[in-house]
Formats: sequence, structure tokens, C-alpha cells
Amino acid sequence: MSMPEHAPAGRLITGAEALREAMDQCMEADDRVFLMGEGAADPKGIFGTTAGLVEKYGTDRVVEMPVAENGLTGIAIGAALMGRRPVMVHQRVDFALLALEQIFNNAAKIHYVTEGRHRVPLVIRMIIGRGWGQGPEHSQSLESVFAHFPGLKVVLPSTAQDAKGMLVAAIRDDNPVVMLEHRWTHYATGDVPAELYETPLVGPAHVREGNDVTIVATSYMTYEAREAADAMARAGVSADVFDMRVLRPLDLAPVIASVRRTGRLIVGDVGWKLFGAGAEIIAQVTEQAFADMKAAPVRLGLPGHPTPSSRSLVPDFYPYSGDIVARTADITGAHDRLAPVRAALAEARASRPIDVPNPDFKGPF
Amino acid sequence: MTDAATRLALYRDMLRVRLVEEAVADRYHKDNEMRCPVHLSIGQEGVSAGVCLALRREDQIVTTHRGHAHYLSKGGDLKAMLCEFHGKAPGCCGGRGGSMHLFDGPAGVLMSAPIVASSIPVGVGAALGMKQAGSDNVAVVFLGDASVEEGVFHESANFAAIRKLPVIFVCENNLFSVYTPLRDRQPDRPLTQLAEAHGLPTATVDGNDAEAVFAATSTAAARARAGDGPSFILADTYRWREHCGPYYDNDLGYRTTEEFEAWMARDPVALLRGRLMTDGLLDAAADRAMHLDIENETAVAFDFALAAPFPEQATAGDHVYA
Repeated sequence: MSMPEHAPAGRLITGAEALREAMDQCMEADDRVFLMGEGAADPKGIFGTTAGLVEKYGTDRVVEMPVAENGLTGIAIGAALMGRRPVMVHQRVDFALLALEQIFNNAAKIHYVTEGRHRVPLVIRMIIGRGWGQGPEHSQSLESVFAHFPGLKVVLPSTAQDAKGMLVAAIRDDNPVVMLEHRWTHYATGDVPAELYETPLVGPAHVREGNDVTIVATSYMTYEAREAADAMARAGVSADVFDMRVLRPLDLAPVIASVRRTGRLIVGDVGWKLFGAGAEIIAQVTEQAFADMKAAPVRLGLPGHPTPSSRSLVPDFYPYSGDIVARTADITGAHDRLAPVRAALAEARASRPIDVPNPDFKGPF
Repeated sequence: MTDAATRLALYRDMLRVRLVEEAVADRYHKDNEMRCPVHLSIGQEGVSAGVCLALRREDQIVTTHRGHAHYLSKGGDLKAMLCEFHGKAPGCCGGRGGSMHLFDGPAGVLMSAPIVASSIPVGVGAALGMKQAGSDNVAVVFLGDASVEEGVFHESANFAAIRKLPVIFVCENNLFSVYTPLRDRQPDRPLTQLAEAHGLPTATVDGNDAEAVFAATSTAAARARAGDGPSFILADTYRWREHCGPYYDNDLGYRTTEEFEAWMARDPVALLRGRLMTDGLLDAAADRAMHLDIENETAVAFDFALAAPFPEQATAGDHVYA
């Protein structure tokens, strides 16, 4: 089942609430589903995404983890081999780095090595931090590292609707799925259907239609891309925008069709630009649509240094909507029309704190 | 029994950490200028003072996300720490790290890391390096009760033992990993058994008794300097404030009021103050003078941090490679 076209009105919930609801409904529907995490059963419940579940399902199905990421990942894999459907959650991607051996060697390869006899229906949720001085080891965006490995599925929902639908699909999937949630998307609200539904784990979401440039964004960058597209539309420049919510398997067919039409491509990545997801997307699109391209493709991503904590060091670290507009101007030649658009976005950005997702956020998480 | 000067120094060190951390807590949301996570050490000052005052300046420590007290007790620069919290250029990491990455080369604060157990092998490596260089300095690895759940603790302890490295593992057991109690994460057995399994001699001390911590560390350090290898000290203590941030978090319901109040009643600072007064080494006037002196130092350091410049944005990409 895919997401209903018309979500019931008036059911605005946040991405965090959508994730909690997906987990709750999956646990209710299938008693093989269980949750493990450092903090999964604690009073804050992973930013609210697991709140109340231990009270409802007990400590056998909401397992508070010892601080032992590699071992517990292997244990989750073993349980998955026995037909259980574990969901593991890490409050930061950075904590999952201790578990890479189990993820890359066992989770990603067991199905292949056994000629398909074993299945690893494992979901590993990881949260990408940003803002409030999180610094070098609490705000890394490592989707391209995970997406490098055959055998893993790698998904990055940006909307509340996708957060629910993709978590449900991931839990029902017979493969290991790494789900990367940008912390700021937990705050994003959306009309989320109350019933259990799946968003298929393949292909991008087409979020804006346009003819002048194709913009492909991952995770939180989708919001910057939408803001840029909406602002440019008012100046008569139309952008075709895709939310590249699934990085592996990577289905770029809709993007390639779009670039054949627009002739121009901008990719906005939440990770480092060098060897990032954008590099792969541009390589594939260029391989297949080179003859139709009117300008060299553009990559936006993080510069080649770790995330500094101090807010004075990050204004140019994270690309934003104004950068997308500026690069669109470069490749379309519409400088006259887009210069004021960019100036307005830059002014709006300068008027709010650089290190928080919304005015209510006071840290420290 | 430690000598009078050492006892007074232990007390002053704990009081200084306490007053600095309380100032951080008070100003965190008032100024809204320390825009990074903070994990306060209030309640756990006995361990940092007792360990660090038993060390030389050249000895190295590594610590965790909850490392402010260790940094200060080892002699880390206060202004540089507060500048780091404020994201300012004179910060100990130039504003790049925030509160979870503290470092002071001359003071022997080798590193702190925000990933559980991440700094443990680095501390063992520091011991290896110092031994290879022929010095009799030691390394101290501060770790929490959850760190021993990580494989890297066991790998590190094993290697330290077979190589007889001059390292002291100081396990600060504050009973919780964030909000998850020890009993939900580990079986009911002494944490010291884990170290004993690797052949390390162990000591269990009251972490709120700075004098006891000092004595245990002195014994372990003498053993390490003599070439007799690593030790493990278990120090039971308690975090008063919330896991991360300036407030109390008892409203979350993960710990009982009885437990919290029982530990508050065993305040490491008040405990030693009482002993010193009973023994005639400290009176109210001297204590007041000590408070004023530290409060003044802290206020000056905060003024410095607030007035300090931010790092230049153009420097954000510097130092990626040596």
C-alpha cells in the first residue's frame, strides 16, 4: 500500500510524532517487531520518537541497550536471522560508528553469502545532529558511507509523512535498512494519515515541478531547495525539485528524465561534498543525460573540514536556499531576476540564529 | 591520612569546580551565549580532585563528555574552557570543539571525547608512548560506568596489562548512563571484577570522599611509576544536575527523590569542609575568603569569555591536515 493521495486534513503532527506512531502501529500489528536503543526506554524516548512504547509493550520489546553498539548490532542481526524484526536506534549517527563492523560485514552480506537463504530484516535508525554547537562528533552526516555498501538500503525521510511511511516500509522490508533522520526534520510538521501505510523504499519524491533547472536534495536540504524553488518561481524561474529520500537502491530515472528536459542540475547534499551522495548522483545523471545538458552540473555540500562547534565558524558551512538561487543564476544566466531573490533569502537568514531550527529551540540537544 | 596542605588543596579544588559549574548553570540560559551542550560535574567533584591532585603536571589524563571537573582539577585553563563553551577564539580548541572537546597541552589534559569509551584506548596509548620515551609519568583514563560495556574498554585493559603500561583506569560510577540505571544495563556484580578479569589490581573507593580517592590514586600512581603496570579504581559518586544542560531533571522520574537526597546529603564538598573544620584546619572566615576568591576568578573569566572575539569565519577550514 502506498501513501493515500489525500491525507485527512487537520492531522498535523511532527516528524518525531510520526516516527513514534509508525513504531507503535508496527509493534501492535506484528509481535516480531521490537526496539533496541540507548535511551529507547528512558523518559525522553529518543527525542519523543519512542515515547510511551515501553509502557505499552514492556521491556522485552523495548530493550534499553547497554552502551555496546557493535555487540548489540550483532545481537540484533542474530535475532533477525531467527525471524524477529529488530529496530535499533542511535541518538546520533556518530554513535553507530562503533557498530560499523557488524553493519558492513554481517548485516550487509549475510543474505548474499548464503545465496539468499538468510534474511536480515533489521532497521537501524540514526539521527544526524545539527546546531547548538553540536560540534565535530555529534553532527556528522554519513549517508554516503552507508550507501557505499551493497546489501544495505539507505533512506533519509525529510517530511513527517515519509518518516512514518518509510519507517513502516523499512520494518516490513526483509533487508537491513539504515534510516538517517536529520534532527531538524523531527520538528517539521505534516498531514500524516492515521492508518498504517508504507512509502516504498525506492526513488525520489517529486516535490516541485518546473522547467528551468532540476534540483535534487537529500534530507533537510529538501527544505532549503523548496524555499529556493518557491522564491525563484515568484521571479519567473521554475525549478523541478526532487527529495532524494532513498540513496540505496538509487533510482535516478525521474531525475534523468527531468534533466533531459531542463538541461541543468543542482544537487544539494547534507553531507560532505567530496565523495558525497551528490557526486554519485551527478555522475550517473551526466553519464546518461550528457547530450541534453546545457551547463555543467553543480554540487552543494559541506566543505572539507569537520563541523566546528562555534556558531561563528558555521555560517558558510551549511549550504542554504540562497546558495541554490545563486548557483541557479550562474547556470541559467538569470542573474537580473535572481539577484534580488537571493538577497531577500540572505537577509531573512541573517535575521535568525544560525544554530537553531526554530525560534523555540534553546538547546542543548 | 593526607597532610594538611593537601587536604586544604583538595577542598579548594572541589569548591572551585563546584562554583564554576554552578556559574555555568546559572548563566546558561540567562546569557544564552554558551550555545553548546554542557554536561555538568556538580556532585562528582571528589573524584576529579582526588585523582588529579595525586598527579604531576606532566602526567596525562583523558576524559569524557562529562569532563569539565577533570580538566579544571588537572590544571586546565579556566578562561580557555569558558571561551570554548562560548564558541570564542581563545577557547581551548578555538571554538571548534565546544564543551565536549577539552584540551590543555601544558596541563596534561590530553583529550576529551563525546563518544562513550572513545578516549579509553587513547589514554592507554599515551601511557605506552610515555613508557617508550623512558619517562615515569602516568596516564589516567577517566571513564564512566557505561564505558565498561563497550568492547574497547576490554581491549585496552588487556593490552595495558600484558605490557604493564603506566595507566590508571578511574571508573566514575554515577549509577546512570543518561537516564538508564546501571542495574538495567549490567548484572549485579562489582564493576571491579571486569578489571580483575584482565589481571588489574583494583580499589573501590567512595568517590565523594576526595581524601580516599587521593590515597587510592597515589598508590596506583606509585605502582605505575615503578613499572608495575596498570590499576583500576572504582569511585562511586552521583550526578546532581540533568544529564545534559543546566537544570535538575528529577521530574523525569528516572531516579527517586530518596536516592537523590541521600546523595545530596553526602555532598563531597561539604563532607571535606566539615572534616577540615572539625580538625581546626579551616574556619568560616577562611572558607568565606576562599569562596570570594574563586567567585572573583570565575567572574573575571566569564567577563573575559563574553568579551573575547569569535574565531574568524575564514579560518574554519584551517588545520585539516598537518
